[in-house]
Amino acid sequence: MNINDCFNCRIRVENVNFYYAKSQALKNINLDMFNNNATAIIGPSGCGKSTFIRLLNRMNELIPNTNLEGKILLDGKDINAIDTDVVEIRQLVGMVFQKPNPFPKSIYNNLSYGLEVKGIKDKHLIEKRIIESLKKSVLWDEVKDRLHDNALRLSGGQQQRLCIARCLAVEPEVILFDEPCASLDPISTAKIEELIVELKKNYTIVIVTHNMQQAARVSDFTAFFLLGELIEFGTTEKIFTSPKNKKTEEYLTGRFG
Amino acid sequence: MNKIGKVKEFFIEKLIVICGSLSIIFVILIFIFLAREGLTFFKYESIKDFIFGRNWYPLSNPARFGVLPLILGSVMVTLGAMAISIPLGVACAFYIAEIVNPKMKDILKTGIELLAAIPSVVIGFVGMVTLVPMVKKIFHLPTGLTALSGSIMLAFMAMPTIVSIAEDAITAVPKRYKEAALALGATHWQAIYKVILVAAAPGIFAAIMLGIGRVIGETMAVMMITGNAAVIPHTLLEPVRTLTATIAAEMGEAIRGSNHYYALYAVGIILFIITFVINFIADIFLHRIKK
Repeated sequence: MNINDCFNCRIRVENVNFYYAKSQALKNINLDMFNNNATAIIGPSGCGKSTFIRLLNRMNELIPNTNLEGKILLDGKDINAIDTDVVEIRQLVGMVFQKPNPFPKSIYNNLSYGLEVKGIKDKHLIEKRIIESLKKSVLWDEVKDRLHDNALRLSGGQQQRLCIARCLAVEPEVILFDEPCASLDPISTAKIEELIVELKKNYTIVIVTHNMQQAARVSDFTAFFLLGELIEFGTTEKIFTSPKNKKTEEYLTGRFG
Repeated sequence: MNKIGKVKEFFIEKLIVICGSLSIIFVILIFIFLAREGLTFFKYESIKDFIFGRNWYPLSNPARFGVLPLILGSVMVTLGAMAISIPLGVACAFYIAEIVNPKMKDILKTGIELLAAIPSVVIGFVGMVTLVPMVKKIFHLPTGLTALSGSIMLAFMAMPTIVSIAEDAITAVPKRYKEAALALGATHWQAIYKVILVAAAPGIFAAIMLGIGRVIGETMAVMMITGNAAVIPHTLLEPVRTLTATIAAEMGEAIRGSNHYYALYAVGIILFIITFVINFIADIFLHRIKK
């Protein structure tokens, strides 16, 4: 049975090639990401995982001289079509970055920014959303008494959860995590992982990670990238227990990467 | 190391120390000289009469040394120049830092910094033959030599400082702030206005202060195009005289050791205090960025 039949496909990537100037970063990628599941993208450095995930909310457009071929469909709609609004895409597809990047503003204003940008003016609604998203990102108890403190005073792990809350406040349906724990200590990492497991009940999640245990812990599906190619894709259980491709097995067992 | 090498090293080291300390000593000497000559004036005249006096008639009998019209002249020309150069300069800095493509960015930035290299007498001259008649015609004035003309030309002189330093401050804003804003669905303008501007604000403020410092200290261009009438101005469309122009215009004719001579030094002290305070504030903000 084809896995596509059992799950609801949220994002479909079709024949995608991506180039930085003349060097090709992604080669003919075909990949489906499913609703209410976490898909992990693993692979050694420079294999194109970050490039790949940044295509899903069109962040690579900020880099000059890049070129994309192929289609990326969100709920069947081409996100790069001329009549698609990039702002709408980014509100539907939120992103959490490798390094926590709160704005140099108060915790409250970090969260209200995305809502104001969306045109929400109702103060009560903004406050309600802020509290909800802080609770969802399990940060509420730590910051509820100091919402107007500068966000940069929080610890690295708290900052990253704030960034997740900021992303949730805009009510996205897909959340992209680009190595969200790369700069965090083990305890903060564990908290973020728990949070991702919780979030995937309601969101579609794509996570790039260097850490294979992390992929195993949080994801339902895993895609293994190598030198810009998608080598293998399948349920996380299968990829980690009985990979079909020899390269996948070598990477997972630590023979390179 | 052989003996000659050591001696050489010793002398070079000392030479550098001397060069370094000389530059500081000169500044201190200038300051002492200015203070000594200027403060002598206050033996004859009270500070209050000097600063709040409404008449500057250094050559009448008895001479009147009220510096208020000059201060107001400087303030008016400076405020006018800032009203023009701050919005233009900051907008230009954002355009160069955020919008234009990298190739054009280099051209624009070099061009604007070249503007700083134009001697002020040339700017004054260009203003005198082009802007002054225009101001006269547009506003139907008896003369185009007004505070407004001075403000416009000084705005040109403040622009390179403001644009260049503000652009550096905007470019120094970490890219991750902009990425975060865009990833939340902000438009480019929303990212600039609410995130980048806020993060770059101290640097932009420092740029503005340094621009003001440049404008207040400017002499040649204002002397040529502001009309040099030492009266208290009421609108931008009247001739004014600035602190700097007064010193430049009258120092040649003041007799050394006369009250007039010391009064001009006292004007210098006021100017020094104003520019010192402005540069000091700018410095505080520039240091805040480095942290």
